[in-house]
Amino acid sequence: MPPSPGSTTAAAPRLVEQLKSGLDAPICLTWELTYACNLECVHCLSSSGRRDPRELTTAECKAVIDELHDLQVFYVNIGGGEPMVRRDFFELLDYSVSRGVGVKFSTNGYFIDAEKARRLTATDYIDVQISLDGADAATNDAVRGVGSYDAARRAMDHLAAAGFGPFKISVVVTRQNIPQLPAFEAIADSYGAQLRLTRLRPSGRGADVWNDLHPTNAQQRDLYRFLIERPGILTGDSFFHLSALGESLPGLNLCGAGRVVCLIDPIGDVYACPFVLHDEFRAGSVRDRGGFTSVWRESELFVGLREPQSPGACASCGSYDACGGGCMAAKFFTGLPLDAPDPECVWGNADDALAAVDPASLPSSGPGHSKIPKADARPAVSTNVTLKPTRHRVVVSSS
Amino acid sequence: MRRLLSTLEVETSRVVDGPDDDLDAGPVGDHPGTADIGFDPARPYALHPQVALRPEPFGALAYHYGNRRLVFLKRNALVALVRSLGDHPTVDAALDAAIATGAFDARQRSSYLKALASLAASEVLCAPAREET
Repeated sequence: MPPSPGSTTAAAPRLVEQLKSGLDAPICLTWELTYACNLECVHCLSSSGRRDPRELTTAECKAVIDELHDLQVFYVNIGGGEPMVRRDFFELLDYSVSRGVGVKFSTNGYFIDAEKARRLTATDYIDVQISLDGADAATNDAVRGVGSYDAARRAMDHLAAAGFGPFKISVVVTRQNIPQLPAFEAIADSYGAQLRLTRLRPSGRGADVWNDLHPTNAQQRDLYRFLIERPGILTGDSFFHLSALGESLPGLNLCGAGRVVCLIDPIGDVYACPFVLHDEFRAGSVRDRGGFTSVWRESELFVGLREPQSPGACASCGSYDACGGGCMAAKFFTGLPLDAPDPECVWGNADDALAAVDPASLPSSGPGHSKIPKADARPAVSTNVTLKPTRHRVVVSSS
Repeated sequence: MRRLLSTLEVETSRVVDGPDDDLDAGPVGDHPGTADIGFDPARPYALHPQVALRPEPFGALAYHYGNRRLVFLKRNALVALVRSLGDHPTVDAALDAAIATGAFDARQRSSYLKALASLAASEVLCAPAREET
């Protein structure tokens, strides 16, 4: 049906444009409940390990949940660290659900035994996401630590036995596990689970292993075809930079940082997205006067991110409309300007700029909450001379 | 083209557009057909009890706590129509009332009807159980 003369259709901006200019409240947000973790994955986005003594208290967490309820944030992605190590984990879960804020939480599975699996099954509006970064123990444990594969599979067994239904198996796609995508599918199918693939980011400890773990460009093309053929696979809109290859992947295909998504960290700091735990992208704190709501609506950072962004170096590229220039966090932590192409630009448009990056200039997330302080994390003291922009070399061994 | 609806399945981040919808937020995914759920505008419909509406500048977000699907209602007139459904004995009556009050033009009736059918297919709307007589 053609637009009628009196129609307001023509004047209405496209939904994506409206989303880019921000909403009164996030559509969904990620909330890292704790930096404490029993594991220490080499690519951890939040450099987790040790609990931060300034962690939000149970009462403070409940106040945040109250705000999310008032803002009509329908669900929250809870992560960490390992969120289940918080002693009030189930209390917060129950409170959130009772306030109409559904919970999807990510876990390594160590703490899901038969009893916890039954408890999770008995709670409405809970989604569980078990992290698995290899389809076999050798591949997974090289990244996530010895024993972590068996622990994740045990948790899956418990959830299946309890009749939880379709939980999610969440895989960070790496150079090492891309050949295993069919094997991941088979594991998910064996449980009636949903497979979720997300993009490796050079954030947190991920910066240290980026050069060794991020997929090759040929692998990215394989992944794109895999995802196009399987629209049922969940991605959290992670791979929108691959939409430059042709048909758009399912999803909104935009960077939602500070516009439709954000991150609350364990001490209440609010960041633009889960992949930019760095002062430059810290918008404020839920502990500030006005709470989360004021940070979301008024922080200088978020207001700025909702302004039209310059295509910069991508202005002359025919794929810019499809990929939007890619991921802000991936650019930032590889030392690229925010208006440069994505470091994993499928057309290789970032390659020259990446080669020109001085490793000493790379932003650091600081030591974070890693159990072993990263004494060698500062480029100034790095003794490893590498041509690629990495802070130091990390050997990922499967032994 | 009308752009009345987009559906984002939260867990899949999938955007599915309404049947009469210009593609403006991503690829069209599979969408439950409207015919096979037997949407009948001669019957009453109402917002599904598990659905919450959040007002937005462009219209509203509808979230279904059961199927975790997020739907973008991209017209304020559509949001008002959805909210009004419970006050009318049939969907047709709600559409007639909206047109009578100038909420939208009569020529747009079929677009709004299709949007409602799509919302029913996504279980944003449901039909009350048939009365047993």
